[in-house]
Amino acid sequence: MSAHAPSHEVEHHPGPKQYIAIAVVLTAITAIEVAVYYVPAIRPVLPPLLIALSAVKFSLVVMFYMHLKFDSPLFTWMFVFGLTAAGFTAVGFLALFGFVHMGAL
Amino acid sequence: MQHVATAPPAAPPMHVEEHTTTTGLNNRKVLMWAFLGSDCMFFGALIIGFLVYRGKWIGHPTPHDVFDIPYTSVSAFALLMSSLAMVLALAAIQRGDVKRLIIWLATTSGLGLVFIGGQIYEFTTMAAHGLNLSVNTGGTTFFVLTGFHGTHVTLGIIWLLSLLALAAQGKIKQGNSLSVEIAGLYWHFVDIVWIIIFTVVYLIPV
Repeated sequence: MSAHAPSHEVEHHPGPKQYIAIAVVLTAITAIEVAVYYVPAIRPVLPPLLIALSAVKFSLVVMFYMHLKFDSPLFTWMFVFGLTAAGFTAVGFLALFGFVHMGAL
Repeated sequence: MQHVATAPPAAPPMHVEEHTTTTGLNNRKVLMWAFLGSDCMFFGALIIGFLVYRGKWIGHPTPHDVFDIPYTSVSAFALLMSSLAMVLALAAIQRGDVKRLIIWLATTSGLGLVFIGGQIYEFTTMAAHGLNLSVNTGGTTFFVLTGFHGTHVTLGIIWLLSLLALAAQGKIKQGNSLSVEIAGLYWHFVDIVWIIIFTVVYLIPV
């Protein structure tokens, strides 16, 4: 068996201090999300604000805790493919059914 | 000239996880990422199911009638901190610290159990208020979505406890930390799914 190509993994992962710093950021964002939920003045823009905040949390966990930022691009493509497929499906179904009155369900 | 006998060169350390594909990547890790990509689509479908029927629920109670946001925030925080514990467990075994690995795996499992316990209490409270699988589409889609997520978390806890037992027996070392890394990928995934569920299902108003 021939020798395998060297792994694409890069050995520059964050350390414990960086992981803890990220956890502090995640906690702060969660606190902000819950806080803005109770502010009536923000209600009109609450959905996009919450989605943006959760997208930041999502990205931090995926990139740093799951090491996607430091790992092979193939893993990124595999994960993003599934995410994109789910996203497009969501947009399609919500466009088809999300704004239509369904009657007695 | 006299031949001087020399000791044979030491064998290189065996890396038990060097089973790579033609990409040069470990095949177990490739499999886990492929699974996570597919699980994105799985949870995406369940979230879509909730969103499509959102606001069109007939009858009461609806999910938003019985939500306790402060309570769910605490369980969301527990799951978030379990992700920190998991990545610290991986960092520990990657530098060969088995003792810290055990501590952080136990912490991750414990926080996961806190989350599941919180879910069980939450579901029973909701059921006591009349929200169940069959009361309306809100109840159906909510419990199917969060129920499947809870099942994922439970399986993850079992996996982590298995790793904990192996680590306690000295079977996880610096050279085979990939098993911890792969479990970590799964665990972080259930955390990010809950990040989405908490926002989309609980926080965004109808």
